[in-house]
Amino acid sequence: MKNKRRNWIRITLLLLLLIFAVGVDWPGGVHISLPKPKFGTQKSFPFVNVKTDGNLFKFDNNLDIKEGLDLQGGSHLVYTVDMSKVAEADRGNALASLQKVIENRVNGFGVSEPTVYTSKNGGEYRVTIELAGIKDTDSAMNIIGKTAKLAFKESNKDGTSFVDTGLGGADMKSASVTFDQNTGAPQISIQFNADGSKKFEEITGRNVGKPLAIYLDETLVSAPNVNAQIVGGNAQITGKFTFQEAKNLSIQLNAGRLPVPISLAEQRTVEATLGQSSVRLSIFAGIIGIAVVSFFMIYYYRLLGVFSTIGLALYLVFTLALFKVFGITLTMGGIAGLILSVGMSMETDVLVFERIREEMRNGRNFDHSYNLGFGRAWTSIRDSNIVSLIICALLLYVGGSVRGFAIVLALGIVVGLVTTFLGTRALIELIARKKFVENNWLFNVEKEQKE
Amino acid sequence: MNLIKMRKLWYILSLVIIIPGTLSLAIWGLKPSIDFTGGTQIEFSGTKDKTKLESIASKEKIENYTVTVTNDGLMLRSKKVDEAKQKALKTAVEKEIAGSKEIRVDTVGASISQEITRNSILLVLAASAVIVLFIAYSFRKVPKPANSVEFGLVAIVALLHDALVVLGIFSLLGHFFGIEIDPLFITAILTVIGFSVHDTIVIFDRIRENLIRGSYGNFEDTVSVSVYEMLPRTINTSFLVWVILLVLLIFGGTSIRYFVLALVIGVLSGSYSSILNASPLLVTLQEIKAKRRTKKRNL
Repeated sequence: MKNKRRNWIRITLLLLLLIFAVGVDWPGGVHISLPKPKFGTQKSFPFVNVKTDGNLFKFDNNLDIKEGLDLQGGSHLVYTVDMSKVAEADRGNALASLQKVIENRVNGFGVSEPTVYTSKNGGEYRVTIELAGIKDTDSAMNIIGKTAKLAFKESNKDGTSFVDTGLGGADMKSASVTFDQNTGAPQISIQFNADGSKKFEEITGRNVGKPLAIYLDETLVSAPNVNAQIVGGNAQITGKFTFQEAKNLSIQLNAGRLPVPISLAEQRTVEATLGQSSVRLSIFAGIIGIAVVSFFMIYYYRLLGVFSTIGLALYLVFTLALFKVFGITLTMGGIAGLILSVGMSMETDVLVFERIREEMRNGRNFDHSYNLGFGRAWTSIRDSNIVSLIICALLLYVGGSVRGFAIVLALGIVVGLVTTFLGTRALIELIARKKFVENNWLFNVEKEQKE
Repeated sequence: MNLIKMRKLWYILSLVIIIPGTLSLAIWGLKPSIDFTGGTQIEFSGTKDKTKLESIASKEKIENYTVTVTNDGLMLRSKKVDEAKQKALKTAVEKEIAGSKEIRVDTVGASISQEITRNSILLVLAASAVIVLFIAYSFRKVPKPANSVEFGLVAIVALLHDALVVLGIFSLLGHFFGIEIDPLFITAILTVIGFSVHDTIVIFDRIRENLIRGSYGNFEDTVSVSVYEMLPRTINTSFLVWVILLVLLIFGGTSIRYFVLALVIGVLSGSYSSILNASPLLVTLQEIKAKRRTKKRNL
């Protein structure tokens, strides 16, 4: 009885996940309108657009699979680099660090897998940024082009102007968007590093009762009065920011300021390097691959194979949904990785099924065998997947396109475990203890001859 | 036939594959693509005929080029092109495609920073250390004289084996056939490493279980039985992955061909090394330890 109840929990959970996943996967999105509740006003959710329209709350999921440069083309932005103030010998380094800061900014903006490269033509330096898609070019350009030099300034002696305190972006550990507790307005929270915290403590200490000005790219953003010395290295920049402005600013601050000024020279669009035909071919390859895998599983494991094929369908629905939710950029490599993960996701099923067959071959009935199978296969599934997940976690630090791959791999592992231990297991529980399952043919088990 | 008894043969077979590759890696290294090295970028206006430009570039012996269509022309990126070749290309293009004009020639830098390459190598080292620690902890219950640290170290040997096989073969392919490694190759190597460790641990887990149960006699027999018990699983899983890779290799298009090839080699090597290298190595280690013990006793 306990088993049965546990299985219903499994099935309910699975159905809830399935409804959510299908909702996310649905082409064109799902639109739901609900009466507006009385309490509070929630402004934004991570994955759905919520709009208030009269007395209605409108939920729109407008998630798209993002395609990479190779699949959909994008914009090609060329900036000239102003090296006039950089010594000849330092230009190589300046160019390299410029490339890095821009990469960080574009990644922070959420455009995965941008291509950033520098070029030289005689004495002219350029940096080229290629972004997949062209929808957000303007905001991307806003983020890329600004120097984002942060400076804290204090009043001079007679209080007529502000002078540098020496505290700035270099003393910062991280920046994030927060909301003012009283007004709800977006603001930027800055966490200083150890050095910066000390400076900030000193500066606020000697300026109690006086304004402390925050400058960005030499423009005054705000000049709040210091009420008391601030210890702990936390500062808030409040200004009249919109949420988007605050977010862009925090991305720029986190990526660091541009070491040399740049200006936009050319903007054009580039077409996908791989045509639609090669995308279609790969999807065709995926379908064939999945068909062969399903056929093999059913041929070899019979009834269990049927269950794992259903599990495989769930796997695809869930993975696709997670791709949308995490905004993973799909490139040719990504498609290949996804198709490959189908093969790998069968691993857990194969481990469990082999164990079940082994127990049945040793003369146990199905009921007993499948329980032992799931239980005994678990240690190897646990150990091998923990190691794989550790590798994924380390991969995140490599950066670049490897990062996206690590996320895809980790998602594949987790979803694979969920579909086996929720989906396949639930189906097996449904037929367990039924009379017809005590039939070795159904599981491709030959009973060993008793000696 | 006893797979474990034949272990010397498997070791030799591995060395036969690894030694030439490693030598090639040491002497010639790998052939990095333009993403790692940078190269030349030439822009043409007044034409969008991608295939025509590609055929001219091939005729002019421009190495490893890609052509991108933009809203106002074509952009060709390739390995570094010297001035003579660039002039020849310009003349050929402007003559053969009416209305086309070369508008700009740039020397472009790498789009994959050195940092990513360096990070990948650091990652393999860090992953190795973590794997040894994890296995040493997770296998701490294996009965003596086996030792859980040995399991960890052997898993790393298998991992390095697989990485070296793929790197070595691509080094040879690069030297003799000009096949380059691109950013996807880094991904492929890291996938192979993940697959290798996964495979090894699954078999080690069974060895651990059988050792603890202790019903198969000595260490060598226990390893042998465990490998046989896991054979259907290893073959089935690898088979499924190969089928998919094969389909990708045939239908997947040229841009991922070498990525898939690296995976095919790596997965093959991963299954080979976990059955025929890692498991027998455990036995060899026990043998060496036993010999030392008898030597000590005899002294």
